[in-house]
Amino acid sequence: MGEREEVKLLGVWYSPYAIRPKIALRLKSVDYDYVEEDLFGSKSELLLKSNPVHKKVPVLLHNNKPIVESLNIVEYIDETWNSFGPFILPSHPHDRALARFWSDFVDNKWFPALRVAAITKSEDTKAKAMEEVEEGLLQLEDAFVSISKGKPFFGGEAIGFMDICFGSLVVLLKAREKFKAEKLLDESKTPSLCKWADRFLSDETVKNVVPEIDKVAEFLQELEVRAQSAASRS
Amino acid sequence: MASSDVKLIGAWASPFVMRPRIALNLKSVPYEFLQETFGSKSELLLKSNPVHKKIPVLLHADKPVCESNIIVEYIDDTWSSSGPSILPSDPYDRAMARFWAAYIDEKWFVALRSFLKAGGEEEKKAVIAQLEEGNAFLEKAFIDCSKGKPFFNGDNIGYLDIALGCFLAWLRVTELAVSHKILDEAKTPSLSKWAENFCNDPAVKPVMPETAKLAEFAKKIFS
Repeated sequence: MGEREEVKLLGVWYSPYAIRPKIALRLKSVDYDYVEEDLFGSKSELLLKSNPVHKKVPVLLHNNKPIVESLNIVEYIDETWNSFGPFILPSHPHDRALARFWSDFVDNKWFPALRVAAITKSEDTKAKAMEEVEEGLLQLEDAFVSISKGKPFFGGEAIGFMDICFGSLVVLLKAREKFKAEKLLDESKTPSLCKWADRFLSDETVKNVVPEIDKVAEFLQELEVRAQSAASRS
Repeated sequence: MASSDVKLIGAWASPFVMRPRIALNLKSVPYEFLQETFGSKSELLLKSNPVHKKIPVLLHADKPVCESNIIVEYIDDTWSSSGPSILPSDPYDRAMARFWAAYIDEKWFVALRSFLKAGGEEEKKAVIAQLEEGNAFLEKAFIDCSKGKPFFNGDNIGYLDIALGCFLAWLRVTELAVSHKILDEAKTPSLSKWAENFCNDPAVKPVMPETAKLAEFAKKIFS
């Protein structure tokens, strides 16, 4: 490749969504500049200009062209640097459809339920949401067993699209388990997922990219304190 | 490939079901259309989509594929040498198409659906404002993506055309019900012209429900 490619990633250190493109870029050995957005401050000019519709991170800027939405960015990275590193999406159409289906499930059904359980003040709503979270984990356990076919990852021998999607949330899960002393990933209920989670976090492409669980747990605590003081002020 | 190899579980009135039907038409793939009865879910549907229990579901050699936009990509990947490409070929254009398709489902369609359920005048006004903001975004997106051609995908309809176009019949039914033009030629001229071209496309015409029939159906289900 002759000309110097300019690759910039706008993110926030603890965001599971920002972790996804980081892992993908590492898998493809692509050099990039990382720009940390101010979590509690105002959004940068660059962010607002690059993502005027949602104004959120992560944003990938490739030669100044913005790509937004974390899984979109991962697919873009896979398709653009397609002669480098392993394939992130599987090659067989049915396997691709399954990877997309389960990522959609995680992002649009499972994780929103976890968020509701975390935020709600109603015990009833929390209980219902946690039921959904637990049911979802059982479904993901079955999906892992059937998709991995005995291999270490959803993607097979190496981490792939679904590993990146769900794995990016594992640090948050473990941090929450620490902070709230609540078990979410339970070896007795989802043994394969638990082993997969440990393998994912110790993978070469992942371990230096994800934030430390302790740091995230501390951060979740800070978030709660801020939320409570905001509530008492209003 | 025998038509019994490809089955689609769906319903004539569902815009999400229209998406894979248009895609299969574009690829000239014959299929068996298994219509669900409104109000109940068949054994086959529950078995093929145990997670969401929703239509559409594509069954290809008995292997299920779920979620309308995922099915469309699967059709494009599988019958890649037949018919035009549904997704654009350039990675950036593909990312744009996927982005706008997600926006349409998560923001624009949610607004349209809440309009049909909206109660008072205030609520209706708020939803109209949301839809019109969305239309303005989509007008700009259309100009950027189409680059002067008739469709988001260029000369032929593609992924993003299908993602938005499938809602046009329901949009018309809503406009009639509230006597208000939501897709307005004066505000979004390019999008309005696109809508006309989309509805006339040979892959779309056979599966687009007639407004009158859909309006009657809407009255039944929303009463």
